Amino acid sequence: MPETTFEVTAPKSENTELAVYEHPWPVRFCHWVNSIALLVLVGSGFQIFRAFPSFGAKIPQKDLLHWPKAFALGGWLGGGLQWHLTFMWIYIATGLCYFCYQLFSGNYRQVLFTAGDIRGVWPMVHYYFFFGPKPEPRHVYNPLQKLAYSSVLVLGVLSVLSGLAIWKPVQFSWLAWPMGGFHYARIWHFAVMWAILFFLLGHLIMVVLHGWNNFMSMLTGWKKNPEYVSR
Amino acid sequence: MTKAIDSRRFNSTTRRELLKLTPVLALGAFAIPKLQQPLLKAGLGFSDWASELLFRRNHLAPTFSDSEVAPFTTFPINDYDVDDPGVDLEAWTLTVSGAVQKPGEYTLAQIQALPKIRQNTRHVCVEGWDVIGRFGGTRLSDFLKSIDADLNSRFIYVECADDYYESIDMATALHPQTLLCYEMYDRPLTREHGAPLRLTIPTKIGYKQAKYLTDLKVTNVLPRVGYWEDQGYSSFYGL
Repeated sequence: MPETTFEVTAPKSENTELAVYEHPWPVRFCHWVNSIALLVLVGSGFQIFRAFPSFGAKIPQKDLLHWPKAFALGGWLGGGLQWHLTFMWIYIATGLCYFCYQLFSGNYRQVLFTAGDIRGVWPMVHYYFFFGPKPEPRHVYNPLQKLAYSSVLVLGVLSVLSGLAIWKPVQFSWLAWPMGGFHYARIWHFAVMWAILFFLLGHLIMVVLHGWNNFMSMLTGWKKNPEYVSR
Repeated sequence: MTKAIDSRRFNSTTRRELLKLTPVLALGAFAIPKLQQPLLKAGLGFSDWASELLFRRNHLAPTFSDSEVAPFTTFPINDYDVDDPGVDLEAWTLTVSGAVQKPGEYTLAQIQALPKIRQNTRHVCVEGWDVIGRFGGTRLSDFLKSIDADLNSRFIYVECADDYYESIDMATALHPQTLLCYEMYDRPLTREHGAPLRLTIPTKIGYKQAKYLTDLKVTNVLPRVGYWEDQGYSSFYGL
């Protein structure tokens, strides 16, 4: 059961609804600031990528794809770098705040995918993609959600580590080493971005499918009549 | 655990929770044209400040075996203007000025008389490509000592035959891998690679490693930072 559940009574009426406080302020704040930072980093990252859209040698240069200028932030390489090197600090700061808050408040249990969740993943996949029966919701997040959120948190950490490895290949040369060296760290950074964008696509589809009440919970913290609370 | 609350009080609770998120809107300042450039400049400045903190004087950039070095023909020739600014190699001297006891004109032979260093290091371009090359030259720190430079000065400022200009911080200038480079791949620098003298700084991004050097100044104040820096690139860009 979540920490705070309110029984909301409409005045002069018998109607009562249940409301649950799902997302504490630090989580909501970090979620939104980090989301904005992520979008800026992706946009400016594409601007930087445009300067050398390849992962091979400079000579001979084999371009991977020509990313349109309209979908890149900053106008030119220097501008893209300014956005990237500014918002990476906001991205890192909100990431750290989030992890610290989750850890010290114990709220991490809400999202952390654990061994106990493994059994519940397939029924959710079965339900979402293969018209299976709907598993009984028991917590704020179902096992598949926990898997998705925990994975994207790992990807977030990897995006920072691979970014540091290519920003500081001398001071943090040890960071690039497990990624196969500086040259490959740049590929990691790019691949991790696509993985995060893949998550984002699924995330946005789910937000749309689950409607306004669910969406508002990430703004106000409160969700009315969540499925997992039995009345 | 369940508390009862009437819906009006509940609505004011959720409104208050929503208002608590208003600090997020502060990011909108980046969308205001007048504020955007100062904010991004501050962000870049913060990154440079952090970069300077992360720099370690005696931490060496990775070096590579001869077999890992890219063939000379695949070492990119990169410049902002012309491949060959037409330096008169016979008459060339390096003009030294600023906070030094022995200012004046220095010939290549004088620079080559100092201990020679050869190193296989990675050249990283701001565009994203990188290449491992073989460089030979004299340590900038050795040269600075030989001209009795004030090593407490903050910057080394250089000008080039193609009107490019650059500056580096003193800590980087004194780094053991920072070279006044006159050889690549055990051959004298070719004109395209910056003959007769260029900077090789494995702890810095490529655009700081100026080619075709003509002037070197030891100074505390920089009227200009660098050709690209003055257009918005990072001033420090240590790797």
